[in-house]
Amino acid sequence: MTPTTVLPTVAAPEGVPVPRTRTRRVRRLSGRDRMVLGLMVGVPTLIQAVLIWIPALLSIGLSFTRWNGLALSDIKPAGLANYRFAVEDYPPFWPAIAHNLIWLGFLAVVATPLGLLLAVLLDQRIKGSRIYQSVFFTPVMLSLVLVGIIWQLVYARDEGLVNNLLGTAGKPGAVDWLGDPHVNLWAALVATAWRHAGYIMVLYLAGLKGVDPSLREAAAIDGAGPRQAFFRVVFPAMRPINIVIVVITVIEALRAFDIVYVINKGTNGLELLSVLVIQNLVGEGQVIGVGSALAVILLVVSLVPIVYYLVRTFRKADR
Amino acid sequence: MTPRRPRYGTHLFLSVMAVMWLIPMLWTLYTALRPKSATDRYGYWSLHGPFNLHNFTDAWTQAGLGRYFGNSALLAVPSVLLTLLLASMMAFAVSRFTWKFNVTLLVVFTAGNLLPPQVLAAPLFEMFKHTPLPYWISASGSLLDTYYAVIAVEVAFQTGFCTFVLSNYMKALPGELTEAALMDGAGVWRQYSRIIMPLTRPALAAIATLETIWLYNDFFWPLLFIHRGDELPVTIGVNNLQGQFLLNDNLIAAGATITVIPTLIIYLLLQRHFLSGLTLGATKG
Repeated sequence: MTPTTVLPTVAAPEGVPVPRTRTRRVRRLSGRDRMVLGLMVGVPTLIQAVLIWIPALLSIGLSFTRWNGLALSDIKPAGLANYRFAVEDYPPFWPAIAHNLIWLGFLAVVATPLGLLLAVLLDQRIKGSRIYQSVFFTPVMLSLVLVGIIWQLVYARDEGLVNNLLGTAGKPGAVDWLGDPHVNLWAALVATAWRHAGYIMVLYLAGLKGVDPSLREAAAIDGAGPRQAFFRVVFPAMRPINIVIVVITVIEALRAFDIVYVINKGTNGLELLSVLVIQNLVGEGQVIGVGSALAVILLVVSLVPIVYYLVRTFRKADR
Repeated sequence: MTPRRPRYGTHLFLSVMAVMWLIPMLWTLYTALRPKSATDRYGYWSLHGPFNLHNFTDAWTQAGLGRYFGNSALLAVPSVLLTLLLASMMAFAVSRFTWKFNVTLLVVFTAGNLLPPQVLAAPLFEMFKHTPLPYWISASGSLLDTYYAVIAVEVAFQTGFCTFVLSNYMKALPGELTEAALMDGAGVWRQYSRIIMPLTRPALAAIATLETIWLYNDFFWPLLFIHRGDELPVTIGVNNLQGQFLLNDNLIAAGATITVIPTLIIYLLLQRHFLSGLTLGATKG
């Protein structure tokens, strides 16, 4: 999944006046120009509609049906049966919800704050700042598949680095970090944080660089210490990027997929909502209705941070 | 200006973190450089040589990594180019002209890009499965197992983000530019291709770099749509190494390391663009 890659997108920060360009009214254009413009808008919009929004609606539709994925005429209405099955009778459902929540909690409490801390520390004019930045940033360039493979080598029970450092490798008491359902979620989260913190660091560093230095100077003149200056002046000034960070953290927790899929296809302690969707769609027991019901639940939950973000971003950009 | 004083605590913290950050990668590289015979004999946790590149050459030939690289390029390059073309046209239309739905569409584009891809997996998979194609185009007789399917979905997904970033960039270009062109009788297409696009080049370069690495790293869409072994991209190919060479961590580590090389080259050559692409949307752009 595009590391997946959630995207830092926000309108111009507050206080930075966007030059109001005189955009032109379409009505004043010639017929030919209007046609060109229509195509420029129409083609991307059509692609978005056909490959994103219509499938999203179809997902909702399919979640109320029973279907084996063969002939279209086999689609039978099923009412709420798929949802009832998912919630009441599908064993991995609640564990997956719990794991997604733990995932979110860990990102919000550990990984994201760590990224922020790194950014704040590296924003001071510190010796070797660039080298540190490159080091923390490197995992962001790696695919999540690669992150999964690298950490499997680190976590392996007998050959892995961790158990060798602990001195338990090859002994009966050695922890199987990725195989033991009591610990593997946390092990996977450490691997995720390794990548996530660097991503947050880069975004936040860019935000910090954009803060008007005179704000800080003014705070210093008023006698604020560096800590006070950060929390009272810099942090509030970074509101737009703070929103981006919150949204990215929530969406990353919902999108998590690749790493657990690489480790063990998201089973045995690593169930996540996104993986359950896929397990129901492909493979032997294709249950498209149930998979779609799970997808719709994921969709509804995802819309919360997405709408929050869009309202925050576009309300301001509009005025 | 704060006076510079040595910050031992900060440096201690940062260097401990940096070492922890590097260790997994160094461990992988170290494993990759050692022949299996050595690690079988002394264990992975040992300093015994020899060290050589045999695992790399073995991974390249036995796992057919070369083919996977070609496949990844066939997927990523058209996806990036198409995304840039579509997103730049859309961004031009919403940022340089005022019409009824331009903000609405921009919102919809941005929202689509933030959805978890798994939400769309079932309908897209079935849509493609039920789209018949002649066998000379697709061996599966449908859009499944074709690169068209993957490219189309990648483009649709990435267009949202790129449109948003590019429209912010284009909005900041002075309106007089196109006004003047209009006076000279330049049509919409000419304004786009001759005036706005050349001025947007820095943003385009940044996004192109970023998207190339992202799409090269993408796992989910090819996993869903491509199942023929000889069509797989690098991400999936290297993941399959684990099943193929079950007990040979050395070879897996080498294969994994090889797949980073294109990313590293792109990153080192275009570092500036990559970082600005990542933060373009986050700052004022």
